[in-house]
Amino acid sequence: MEKLKSSLPNMVGVLVGFSIIIGGLLAYVNHITEGPIKQKEQQTLAAGIKTVMQNNNVRVADPETLNQTIDGKNATFIIHSCSDNSGKNIGSAVESTTNGFGGDLQVLVGFDNNGKILGYTILKSSETPGLGAKAGVWFQKNGKGNIISMNPKDKPLAVSKDGGDVDAITASTITSRAFLKAINQAYAAYAKKK
Amino acid sequence: MSNLKILLNGLIKENPTFMLFLGMCPTLATTTSAINGLSMGLATMAVLICTNFVISCIKNITPDMVRIPVFIVVIAAFVTILQMFMSAYAPDSINKALGIYIPLIVVNCIILGRAESFACKNTPIASIFDGIGIGLGFTCGLTLLGCVREFLGAGSLFGVVVLPETTNILLFVLPPGAFLTLGYLVAIFNKLKSE
Repeated sequence: MEKLKSSLPNMVGVLVGFSIIIGGLLAYVNHITEGPIKQKEQQTLAAGIKTVMQNNNVRVADPETLNQTIDGKNATFIIHSCSDNSGKNIGSAVESTTNGFGGDLQVLVGFDNNGKILGYTILKSSETPGLGAKAGVWFQKNGKGNIISMNPKDKPLAVSKDGGDVDAITASTITSRAFLKAINQAYAAYAKKK
Repeated sequence: MSNLKILLNGLIKENPTFMLFLGMCPTLATTTSAINGLSMGLATMAVLICTNFVISCIKNITPDMVRIPVFIVVIAAFVTILQMFMSAYAPDSINKALGIYIPLIVVNCIILGRAESFACKNTPIASIFDGIGIGLGFTCGLTLLGCVREFLGAGSLFGVVVLPETTNILLFVLPPGAFLTLGYLVAIFNKLKSE
């Protein structure tokens, strides 16, 4: 086949044609992947809430959103109020975002009714692998910087360098501070809502 | 050139990582662990095979003066499709680690480079083989780099811990480690090739 000449009608026609075909293709793919993506996000969140509340039969109420201005920036907290099978309130799981070392650090943390930390999980992070990325296990119950069962009501969490009781991740003080800040802010939001 | 020769050409003689030095940004940024390197390589390969094939098919109906915008639209379409499918079906950990780099495949010079230098001059079948060859070369380069950095920096390989934490050299999972490792690997690759 002869190659198409670079005349104006040819060029316009080809560009418009390709844009239409590809636009249609993308719309179709978006249509078929939209469902699974949403489902996956919900699954991740539901699994996260179960882990942080330490309860497998947790019932989650509709999330409440709380917007606050912290340090001149808008911060959004999403609070999932949780109850057990009998309908008794067992606390809340709170989504909180701070600025980590490599970008946004989004954590989900579970508090009981007294503000005691039941558990946490990292929802989104771009921390350095091998360093800050350890935050997912470091602060867990068996980790070196255990924060489970601590209560931000008594005293805000802080790394030992800043006079607190939490061991920071080795060589990742910035991530550790960002993480604890996320927890403290989550508690503040939770307390305010309560 | 036979198809096998095209394939080997991409793997060794024109290896994008060690010989052509193309696509350095994802090479250095995503190879913090072996699995990340491998996934990034495979994602790029998938896009490259598709775009090479399509561009080779449409080379005659694309007027020369608008070929670059047309190629970029095709490449961007495949990358967007890949990204949608990855966020829908890929495991969370890989999706989280590579998420921000996937859109950058659009501007990865390997893809447009191969479209310009190979796909728009050769048959669709040969272009597919070129995509596989270059893609494999890129994947091998990234995986190798990821292995070395993960082994030295985190003491593990593909997530399996093989060295105690005390022997970890943190530098290697940080950006300077990427440059150092790449430099040494290129030297070794060239030495092996010249022998």
